[in-house]
Amino acid sequence: MSRLGAFVHRLGSPRWFFDMTKPWLRALAVIGIALLIIGTVWGLVFAPEDYQQGNSFRIIYVHVPTAHLAEALYLAMGVAGVVLLVWRMKLADMFIAVTAPVGMAITGVALLTGAIWGKPTWGAWWVWDARTTSVLVLFFLYLGLMALREAIPGRERAGRAVAVLAIVGTVNVPIIKYSVDWWLTLHQPSSFSLTEQPTMPVEMWLPLLVNVVGFYCFVVAVVLAGLRNEILERESDTVWVRDWLRRAQSGSGS
Amino acid sequence: MIALAQAGRDLRVAFRSRGEAAHPLAFFALAATLFGLGLGSDLETLGRVAVVAIWVIALLSCMLAAESLFRRDFEDGTLEQMLLHGRPVFLAVLGKLAAHWCVSGLPLVLFAPLAGFMLQASAPALPVLALSLLIGTPTLTTVGAVAAALTAGLGRGGLLVALIALPLYVPVLVFGAGASVVAASGSSALPQLLWLLAMLAAAVTFAPFAVGFALRLSQEY
Repeated sequence: MSRLGAFVHRLGSPRWFFDMTKPWLRALAVIGIALLIIGTVWGLVFAPEDYQQGNSFRIIYVHVPTAHLAEALYLAMGVAGVVLLVWRMKLADMFIAVTAPVGMAITGVALLTGAIWGKPTWGAWWVWDARTTSVLVLFFLYLGLMALREAIPGRERAGRAVAVLAIVGTVNVPIIKYSVDWWLTLHQPSSFSLTEQPTMPVEMWLPLLVNVVGFYCFVVAVVLAGLRNEILERESDTVWVRDWLRRAQSGSGS
Repeated sequence: MIALAQAGRDLRVAFRSRGEAAHPLAFFALAATLFGLGLGSDLETLGRVAVVAIWVIALLSCMLAAESLFRRDFEDGTLEQMLLHGRPVFLAVLGKLAAHWCVSGLPLVLFAPLAGFMLQASAPALPVLALSLLIGTPTLTTVGAVAAALTAGLGRGGLLVALIALPLYVPVLVFGAGASVVAASGSSALPQLLWLLAMLAAAVTFAPFAVGFALRLSQEY
């Protein structure tokens, strides 16, 4: 078996994943938070003002990373859905369960920061602009995913139904994006002139890059922490979890 | 063959409970009436939003109809037989969807021009409205069936189906309403109609697999 094959094979064991991710979780959380502090302070305080939008452009340091993540997380859930249905990997189901609320929160932040940015720039809190609309639909897709899991009794059945929906949603995300894009740009091209940003100087996009990487590390750390909790809960009747708990209670749990 | 048999059986069942089969159309007419009442004092605005309103109403009507697509079959065990009979579930689902659309979607297509006329839509938009609904509503039925299959047997479909299906309906609404709006302004709606056709082809090809899989899940406990 190839090295990759062996890795994927081991992923099938929640216990192995739990043991392996402990150092990863700590490292990603520390790096993520450090990068976020550096990028945010750099972007909000030291980066130059935009010659057109003034200081209001600075919200991109939160808005762009969250908007990216909103789509990336949904895509990841779609991939996990395929993995669950094809290889019956329990971890994939746990990943979808943990990621959905995180993704919805991130999408909410993207929408909120977009609205805050829209007020001074477009003069309105909400505009039926192509991007905002497709992100709003994405928000509803996350919502449907969580509602479906809650409604179905039986963990395994719920997991597979949610996986089907995640795949269907992933197939639809680009269609929604392009249809909305095409529709709204056809009808109100004039309101878009401001969204075409001037090419950014290095002092502007470097902090953005730092924040994008920071957000990714941070969110992966959050998902990992959630996954570890989920593993403990779902495997709570196994010997290794009971052993782990006993060690954790006696103070040396790792 | 199996698709035809399934469609024939579903049409017979629908024909024997004609009152129920008329519900989607009644809902459509009622919602259009409410819309007309709400904006009736401002005929100019009404005429401008009419085609979009009709599309939204048709979309909701298709979704509500799809919600109960598998309910009775689930309750009396027919669904289990359909999954057990050993022939491709894909074809049976396809037949079921075709029959369902004939009962719930086709009447809307036929009634839409009249509703458009009553809501003051411009005359050149009416044929395109009907045509876009003719191509678009089967897609709505098919996608709605995925949501209905995922929630089959849960006993509380309604709002959950809406939560699942409505975001997926966005592209169909965009091109369907778009075609009618473009036609109202006097230009060619061909690109939008072709997009609707493409989405129909994709939905009919892939969605029955998802429906079949979801229905199998509904039989697990």
